[in-house]
Order: sequence, then structure tokens, then C-alpha cells
Amino acid sequence: MHFVNRNLANPKQTSNIGMETTLSVEELNKREAEFDAKIAGGKTIEPKDWMPERYRKQLLRMMSQHAHSEVVGMLPEGNWITRAPSLARKAVLLAKVQDEAGHGLYIYSAAETLGMDRSEMIDQLLSGKAKYSSIFNYPTLSWADIGAIGWLVDGAAIVNQTVLAKCSYGPYSRAMLRICKEENFHNKQGYQIMAYLMRGTKEQRDMAQDAMNRFWWPALMMFGPSDTNSPNSADLMKWKVKLHSNDDLRQRFIDRTVPQAEAIGLRIPDDKLKWNESTRHYEFGEINWAEFNQVISGNGPCNKLRMKQRTDAHNNGAWVREAAAAYSAKKAASKK
Amino acid sequence: MILNDALKEYCLRIADNSSILAHRLSEWSGHGPILEEDIAMSNMALDLIGQARGFYSYAATLEGKGRTEDDLAFRRDAREFVNRNLVEQPDHKDFGTAMLRSFLYSCLSYLQFRALMNSKDETISGLSAKAIKEVTYHVRHCGDWVVRLGDGTEESHRRINNSLEELWMYTAELFEQNEVDALLVKEGIAVDLTTLKQDWLNLVDEIFTQAKLTKPAEGGYQSSGGINGMHTEHLGYILAEMQFLPRAYPDAIW
Amino acid sequence: MSDNNHQWPIWEVFIQPKNGSAHEHAGSVHAPDGEMALLNARDVYGRRLEGVNMWVVPATAIVASTPEDVGPFFDPANDKMYRWPNYFKTPEGIKQIS
Repeated sequence: MHFVNRNLANPKQTSNIGMETTLSVEELNKREAEFDAKIAGGKTIEPKDWMPERYRKQLLRMMSQHAHSEVVGMLPEGNWITRAPSLARKAVLLAKVQDEAGHGLYIYSAAETLGMDRSEMIDQLLSGKAKYSSIFNYPTLSWADIGAIGWLVDGAAIVNQTVLAKCSYGPYSRAMLRICKEENFHNKQGYQIMAYLMRGTKEQRDMAQDAMNRFWWPALMMFGPSDTNSPNSADLMKWKVKLHSNDDLRQRFIDRTVPQAEAIGLRIPDDKLKWNESTRHYEFGEINWAEFNQVISGNGPCNKLRMKQRTDAHNNGAWVREAAAAYSAKKAASKK
Repeated sequence: MILNDALKEYCLRIADNSSILAHRLSEWSGHGPILEEDIAMSNMALDLIGQARGFYSYAATLEGKGRTEDDLAFRRDAREFVNRNLVEQPDHKDFGTAMLRSFLYSCLSYLQFRALMNSKDETISGLSAKAIKEVTYHVRHCGDWVVRLGDGTEESHRRINNSLEELWMYTAELFEQNEVDALLVKEGIAVDLTTLKQDWLNLVDEIFTQAKLTKPAEGGYQSSGGINGMHTEHLGYILAEMQFLPRAYPDAIW
Repeated sequence: MSDNNHQWPIWEVFIQPKNGSAHEHAGSVHAPDGEMALLNARDVYGRRLEGVNMWVVPATAIVASTPEDVGPFFDPANDKMYRWPNYFKTPEGIKQIS
């Protein structure tokens, strides 16, 4: 149950924000050495512990990006809640999308321990300064896409998050533990949707294969650029924020997903995919990094739509948030 | 009308109300004013879907023709739906309208389930005992928001007041009854809604007083006929969206 | 954008997992006051049968010890093993009393 535990501190009071400027060079080096030793010894960093400013910044970037992805990620799936084909499927999908909101909230909470308000992080998302996972810039065109997202996108996310649960920053790692526990059903429900479609009518099988064709490559891109091309990887790995390289995790995902696809008769849309008996891994084709870079930089099919949806929700809610705050203030004043 | 048919119709009514209101609430998923509230609205929608499933299933059993909960939810047309017109009203992503709509409906639903816990029909009393806990929370959550918006800022007061002006014409209909009720009330299975009207007004007035809201004057137009399949134009669109997949692929299993 | 961005304060949420057990920290929510913090906590942290009771506490009301406090706060207990019952060995030949 203990997972965020901001060391029970107000984020405004946390840790060492801005402290580096007041420290002497010797003191700074000493602290950094202690910090490195702590990480090397597998210890967890807590909000009030001293940490290098770059560690804090990288974490904040990564965590807010992760939280944004959860929240923006509600949109493509939310697109099918009102059209889910049965009451049971509707309930499951709604609960799943709701979990994404919860997960966004947990990660924002954990990120707030690093000294930035959630509202500021949201500002950064809406102004385009902060990024979110490129996968959510693809449209959901059929019910099968809901299966593909649960199975492939959540499957990829779980591979990532299982590793993040062991990362060096306590609040992040604890949030991940809770999320992994909750997210287990997401992946299963997605795979079940696909399995049902594949044993259904010809139209349903086509629908499933079409979703597979569209989501397979974007799912692989979710692990980020190849290690040779990932600017922040080295630092993050040194600090045990990342424990495995992007390529390793991608390979792990492919290795576990291909047999699942085969089990229900789905074809992986990659002619170069083949099992390598000596490496005990699947070999696969070249990822279209040009497309990835386009989508990341704002030119995917749904970037504008997703941002508009988030911005509208935020702006349409402004009067509501203000009203609730005004009401509380009035009540507090009348008590005095 | 025989008792079995009346009971089936009565269950359909509760299920249709829950299912359609859940649809409206679920439209907010990913669009709430703040994450916490996004989650809260989904919770209410999930409760309502659960209620709908329970009552549809029972209706299907009573009918005895092998239809399922999904057949009843996805393969009936608008004129066969017997929900109250209040729950199908759109909110145009105005949060106050959404909260007020749920509040007005939940107050009735709360009183109704409370009474139905003593129904002589065991399935009805069982389903009601589960639902009452959920609906009690809906009344509290939505009522809390109605108060905050009513007594929040000038803008929020103006907006929720507009919502009230729009929705009030669907409230008299909440208490409409027909031969179904007459039969079931006599058997001790259903509750006579006219006996709940004053309690409903008390619940609503209590919140409106705190919210500094005034009920619209009597005498304006009041909608009628939801329980007899007379709906507003909005229901057709809800069903077109909701029923699209089962209708487009009638042989498919999902 | 920031003018429509009134950040509500943070509340820490504690849940009593079952009757008789102690409240545990579950996470946090944003809310303008205690009543809404409680409702939000219920909606966010009560989705999976998590407990029987909830507390919400303004995050600013919590005073936390610092990492530097760890020595003076906790180490002095190091040499006081007599606070643990297994420190006391019963002499041989005497029947166990508990």
C-alpha cells in the first residue's frame, strides 16, 4: 500500500531544490560521490535525499512524460467506450481507461515530490513543451484497435514498467509497483478481445489483422530510439532510472508477443521476422524511424486532435476548478 | 397485463435508465475537469452499468425467450426504450449539467431502491440492496458538486442555474407511472412513486438551499412519456452509437 | 493558460485496509478542502476493495524528519537490545514461562 510516500513532505519543502548553488565545490563533489555510492549499492533515493540537479531534472522529464502518456492515452481508447459491443466489454474498457487516469494521477503525484506542481506539468503538456508517448497519436478505427492497444500497447508498457518498478527513485518505483499490479488485466482483456475476434466471423478476423498491421510497428517504437541514438540513455542507466536499454526491452517484448500472436492465428506484419535458434531471439525488420521522428515532433495523424481534446477538457474544466476553490475559500472564511 | 410481463417491463425501465445515464457519464472519460473527477465519473458510470446488467438479466429471465442482457440493451429501438427522458439529455460537456442531471435522477433512484429493498420479489430486493450503496454515494458526490457550483463563483452560479432551467422540465416525468406500477404496487413488488415525491423534493430542496439555487417556476413545459417509449430526439443518437457494432455485425460474438 | 490553472492543494490519503488494522499511506489527491479530498480519495484509492476507513490530511500539515536526522533519530536504539524480549535468556532448567 505504501507507494507514493513523498516522505510525507510538501513538495514545496522537498529535498535539495536549488541547493547546489549554495554548496562549495568540495561539498558538492562529496555529496555526488555519496549519491553515486548509494545508487551503486542498490539503495533507493527518497524525496528529501540530496540528489544531483541533473538526476532530478531527468527524472522529472521522464516521469511527467510518463504521466502525460497515461492521460493522453485515455483518448484513443475512450473513443470506443460508447460503442463497446456488449455491456461487459463496455464496463471493462471504461474501468481500464479509468485506470489510466489513476495511473497518470499516481505518477504526477510521484513527480510532484521533485518540486513541480501537477498544474505546471499539465501546462507543459498543453503548450507542447512536454512530450508523451507517440503511440497515442494513431487513430482507433475499429473495435479491434481496442484489443490491439490493450494487448500490444499495454503489453509494451508493462515490459517497461516492470523494469521501472525497480528504479532508483522511491516514489516512482512505488507508483510503478501499484500500476503494474493494476495493469495486469489491461493486457489480458486486450488479448482476449483479439482472441474472440480471431475465432469469430471472417469480418472480425479481418478487423483483428488490420488492427495488428497498424499497431505492431508503432508498438515497437514505444521503446524509444535505438540505444545508439538515445540521447538520455547513458545518464539514466548510470543512475538506475533505466535498468535496461531500449533495444533490450524491445527484444523482450517481441520475444514474448510473437508466440501470442501465433497462438490465435494473427500474422506479424514483418517479412523479416524469424526465430534465431542460436541467439534464442526473434530477428525483425527495420523500424521506420523517420515516421517515429515525425510523430514525436508533432506530425502524426492525431497529434493535433489529442492536444485539442486535452486542451478543451482543461479549459472546459477551468470554471469548475475555480468554483470549487472559491466555495472552499468562502466556507473557510465563514468559519473564522 | 399479467404480473410476469409487468415485472419484466419494470426491470427494463430501471435497466434502461441506468444504461443510458451510464452512457452519458462515460462520454466524459478522458474529458473531466480534473483527473480526480474523471475517475469519479467513471466510477458512477461503472456502478450504473452494473445495475443495468443486473436488471436486464432479470428481465431476460422473466421473458424466457433466450434473450440476453446484451440483446435487451443493444437490439431494441428507441420507441421500445422505457427510460425517463431526463437521463438521455445531453450535457454538451458542461460539467454542471452532468452533475445536476445525475443528482436529480439519483435522488429518485436512491428513494426507489431504498423502498425496493423491501420488495416481495427477492431478485428485486437483492439487486436494490446492492444498488442502494452505490446510489447513496452518487447523491452525495453530485449533490456536493451542485452546492459548490451553485455557491462557487458568479460564473458557476450562472451556469448551473442555466442547467437547472434546461433540466427541470424533465423532473415531473420522474414520477410518472402506468399500469405496470399499478399492478406491481398492489402485489408489494414495486413502490408507488407518488409516495416518494415529497421525499425527493426534500432532498433536492436541501441541496438547492445550500447551493443558493431556486427551482424554476411551476407551470412551464414538462416532458412526459418516457416509460411509454416517448422520448426526446437525443435517444436515437445515443442508440445509434451504442448499438452500432451488434447491429452492423449481427452474427458476431465479441 | 496559468490563470485557469488554480492548483488545488495536495492531501495525503491513509486507508485502513481492514477492521482492526492500522491506517496506511495510500497516495495523494488534489482537492480544495477536506470534504472533497475525502470524496476524491474514495474515488481514486477505493476502486479495488482497498479498505474500510479513510483519512485525508493536508500534505502541508505533515512534518517529516530529514535524511540528516536518520542518525540521531534512529541509531541510539542500536545498543539497547534489552528492549527486545529475545535479549533475555532463561537460565537452564527453568520451564519456559511464555
